[in-house]
Amino acid sequence: MTRWCCATASGSGRCCTYLGQSLTTQTPIVEAIGPRLVSTLRLAGLTALVSVPLAIGLGILSASREGTVLDRSLAIGALAAISFPEFFTAYLLILVFSVKLGWFPNLSTIFPEMGFWEALNAMVLPVVALACLVTAHMMRMTRTSILAVMSQPYIEMAFLKGVPRSAVITRHALPNAAAPIIAVVAMNLAYLVVGIVVIEVVFVYPGLGQYMVDAVAKRDIPVVQACGLIFGIAFIGLNLLSDILAVLVNPRLRRPNRGR
Amino acid sequence: MMARLRIPPTAIFGILVLALFIGMALFGPWIVPYDPDTTVGRTWTGPSAEFWLGTDNIGRDILSRVISGARTTIGLALVTTILSFAIGVSLGIFAAVAGPRVDAVLSRVVDMFLSIPVLIMALIVLTALGSSIPTLILTIALLDSTRVYLVARAVAVDVASRDFVDVARLRGESLPWIMAHEILPNALPPLISEFGLRFCFNFLYVASLSFLGLGVQPPQADWGGMVRENGQAITFGILAPIWPAMAIAIVTVAVNLIVDWLLSRNTRPSGASAEL
Amino acid sequence: MADTAILEIRNLRIEAQEHVLVDDVSLSLRRGEVLGLIGESGAGKSTIALAAMGYARAGCRITGGEVRIDGTDLRGIGPAGRQSYRGVRIAYVAQSAAASFNPAIRLVDQICESPLRHRQMTKAQAQERAVELLTKLGLPDPQALARKYPHEVSGGQLQRAMAAMAVIGRPDILVFDEPTTALDVTTQLEVLALIKKIIAGEHSAALYISHDLAVVSQLADRIMVLRGGRMVELGSCAQILTAPQQEYTAALVAERDHSQPLMRPLPDDPGAPLLRVDGVAAAYGATPVLRGVTLDLHRGETLAVVGESGSGKSTLAKVLTGLLPPVAGRVALDGRPLPQHYRSRSTEELRRIQLIHQLPDMSLNPRQSVGKIVGRPAALRSGLTGARLRARVEELLALVGLPAAFADRLPPQLSGGQKQRAAIARALAAEPEILICDEPTSALDQLIADDILRLLIRLQGELGLSYLFITHDLGIVRRIAHRTLVLLKGQTIASGPTADVFTEPMHPYTRNLLVSVPQMRPGWLEEVMAGR
Repeated sequence: MTRWCCATASGSGRCCTYLGQSLTTQTPIVEAIGPRLVSTLRLAGLTALVSVPLAIGLGILSASREGTVLDRSLAIGALAAISFPEFFTAYLLILVFSVKLGWFPNLSTIFPEMGFWEALNAMVLPVVALACLVTAHMMRMTRTSILAVMSQPYIEMAFLKGVPRSAVITRHALPNAAAPIIAVVAMNLAYLVVGIVVIEVVFVYPGLGQYMVDAVAKRDIPVVQACGLIFGIAFIGLNLLSDILAVLVNPRLRRPNRGR
Repeated sequence: MMARLRIPPTAIFGILVLALFIGMALFGPWIVPYDPDTTVGRTWTGPSAEFWLGTDNIGRDILSRVISGARTTIGLALVTTILSFAIGVSLGIFAAVAGPRVDAVLSRVVDMFLSIPVLIMALIVLTALGSSIPTLILTIALLDSTRVYLVARAVAVDVASRDFVDVARLRGESLPWIMAHEILPNALPPLISEFGLRFCFNFLYVASLSFLGLGVQPPQADWGGMVRENGQAITFGILAPIWPAMAIAIVTVAVNLIVDWLLSRNTRPSGASAEL
Repeated sequence: MADTAILEIRNLRIEAQEHVLVDDVSLSLRRGEVLGLIGESGAGKSTIALAAMGYARAGCRITGGEVRIDGTDLRGIGPAGRQSYRGVRIAYVAQSAAASFNPAIRLVDQICESPLRHRQMTKAQAQERAVELLTKLGLPDPQALARKYPHEVSGGQLQRAMAAMAVIGRPDILVFDEPTTALDVTTQLEVLALIKKIIAGEHSAALYISHDLAVVSQLADRIMVLRGGRMVELGSCAQILTAPQQEYTAALVAERDHSQPLMRPLPDDPGAPLLRVDGVAAAYGATPVLRGVTLDLHRGETLAVVGESGSGKSTLAKVLTGLLPPVAGRVALDGRPLPQHYRSRSTEELRRIQLIHQLPDMSLNPRQSVGKIVGRPAALRSGLTGARLRARVEELLALVGLPAAFADRLPPQLSGGQKQRAAIARALAAEPEILICDEPTSALDQLIADDILRLLIRLQGELGLSYLFITHDLGIVRRIAHRTLVLLKGQTIASGPTADVFTEPMHPYTRNLLVSVPQMRPGWLEEVMAGR
């Protein structure tokens, strides 16, 4: 496998689309991966679009109402969401919204000929299932980051200047919590990469995760490795992005000490 | 001021539930109503007086399978976490006290492995090497130990910066003695919480891998595999896959509740709740 | 009567989780008056100061009493009402300037925040007044400085910015919460003068909180002494200092009187020096900290190493114990050269020099019983085990004045003074000859610190120990040190018998140090500032 990795790495210098040939279909993997990658990105992108603002908003709300009933209820909800395996959340959603209520289809097999709204309709349940987990993680960490900032002495100073609580949180706490929150968001989007595999299997969604798991079942090793490589790169890339953003947002790291 | 031991109701719930499932894991074979591996009814019948949770895809009693699956599922995750902790904590504390060069080298190596997502790597390794229990445990434990290393090292560095560690060094104490007697007792509280957290992650990883077809192979019953076997029933409104999935969820919730309680014991209320 | 109180607190009661922080405290403050709140740690001074603003920290509640500013009870006007008072009628000056400023917001925005929020002035007016204040406070190029972020300006500049932030709204009452506690003596002098100038300039009343009577005596018209959340005594400044009524107050006043030396006389022939440090230089990475220090320590003597922060005195302790190898110079113990790194030293060499740290919370392992903490070095030294070891531990505890039962306790169960005694017992367990004391009393309350000092001197007499006593407190130096070494930025400024070092002719820095130590007589501050 190490040889394969090196071959791919050196191969990518010459021809960056060479990922090997599928053992089962005897065709270049690149041809199959393209559309599936796009599908997965669509799913991930939609989930991120929904979950990031929701998580940050709920996290801020929760932190500003620390100790109240609202905070505790959100905390319990989040705890449940991160404790449920993705397939459990998925099956529950299918059971309620697809089987009992019939609002959404239980399989999300999307093909190019589908209309936009029909495709979107098929994606609702997978997105919700994925979003539950990711939103919960992000919300908890956002809340923790803000509370950590709220215990800083300059926050007390702001209160003592007569600044009301809402303004303290938005003007004083958030700018300092922005860096850790952004880091948290990027890190959780990396987990999205992983959770997507299970969701795609449950909903039979034609993405990269489904492709990888099928290959696992058929012992199609080149495909498994190729998919793994792509996921790995995405994971590393998102972590790197979070590090970079954290530096950009913190004025202390951006403008090094000049006064002392 | 010695704080009185006041356990919040959520943590009590967590402890009781966990105790229940550990009981299942320990005494499973003696309390199952039916033999978990034998067909005893028709396929996919719903819950009834005879079969409390119904039957599965080949007519076995789901309740019995859930009970007997507890041992494998919880046991696997426990062993994996214990192994990952043994590696991660010892390396982490070692890196904190052995000097900057050792620390730099170890941390670089760990950084490399940190950037690999656990599930994906597990999928690749298990496909290539075949899925056996030892491979499963080793892969997840090794990768997870990097996360544990980070936490253990951070805590140990904080403890090692305190003067009493210097005092021990100046006494001529050996490195293992310092690690065990000076650092470890002070690192325990955050590490215990971290153990609970990692257990949850590993528990979910093992379950997910079994669900995807790697992980525990039949005829051994683990909860993730049971979900996989019965997955299709959900389209007919049959609850068969829900029960083992719910078992996974409940155990994880219980451990998370306990971990949250442990973590909250060490934090004071933040400025957000000051009286204005 | 024109003299109505601007601030009136009656029967204040503040509680935390399980115990009472402030119990039935009353005070009144007239316009333009300065009231000093004195007490040791845990006396409740900060809590009362915050309560004057109608504020209680998370976990604390104001459960009784009234807080009236110009007649209006803050407890009855609701959060919005209280917010309208803060920054406008009463302003807070925190202990640390760095902790008062939000690192993500520019200084000018933070300084102007309160008047803008309370609509006292327009943005342009506020910024103009901010610059005006910064100029009055002596800051160069205030326009540019105001636009900077907190981490871009020096500590001293930040302090003046903090003062500007407090007075910009022209409050009637200023609350100073231990503003000079963490500062060097020389810096403290400047800050005290600054505060005096502000109070005079704004004609505001002030609450000044401190644990240092001498400092408070320079600024306060009246002084209130607090202990354990209760008021001990209240009186004019002169009365408290010259004729205290309560025993506790008298003890506090007496402790600051440094006329009584404690040290014992040295033998006539000191013999060869026990420890010889020759031209030692040390650095952290590329930054030099010590630049060629030479000293001798003889048997049974106390050598004080005096310096402010950045002088390198703690680094010297690290070099001598072997934690930081020097980049130049030699250290010799009893005539023989001492290996630079502690790992190269023999057990014998290691045990002969012991270190007492400043913070007992950091120097004692909170998860080990006192018996184990003291017992381990004792066992290593003497090879004792079991009951004989236990007996030795109890012997050591008795030597430092701790009861034998403490052997089973954990450090968090001990008070600050008791922890420091345990640390001393641990050092003695190795039967050392030299004890390096790195500011062992700086973190302790004054009365406790006094006890520890007396303990150390007694032990020196009984066991024939030699002390290298590192401190910034000249009062301690003159009471216990036979000889003194003064360090400035890593270099020796003065060295010799203590009396000689502090008698003219003195090096200007030594003179500055001496002169900056606050005295309890009124008018001292003006004299010193005039003399500069």
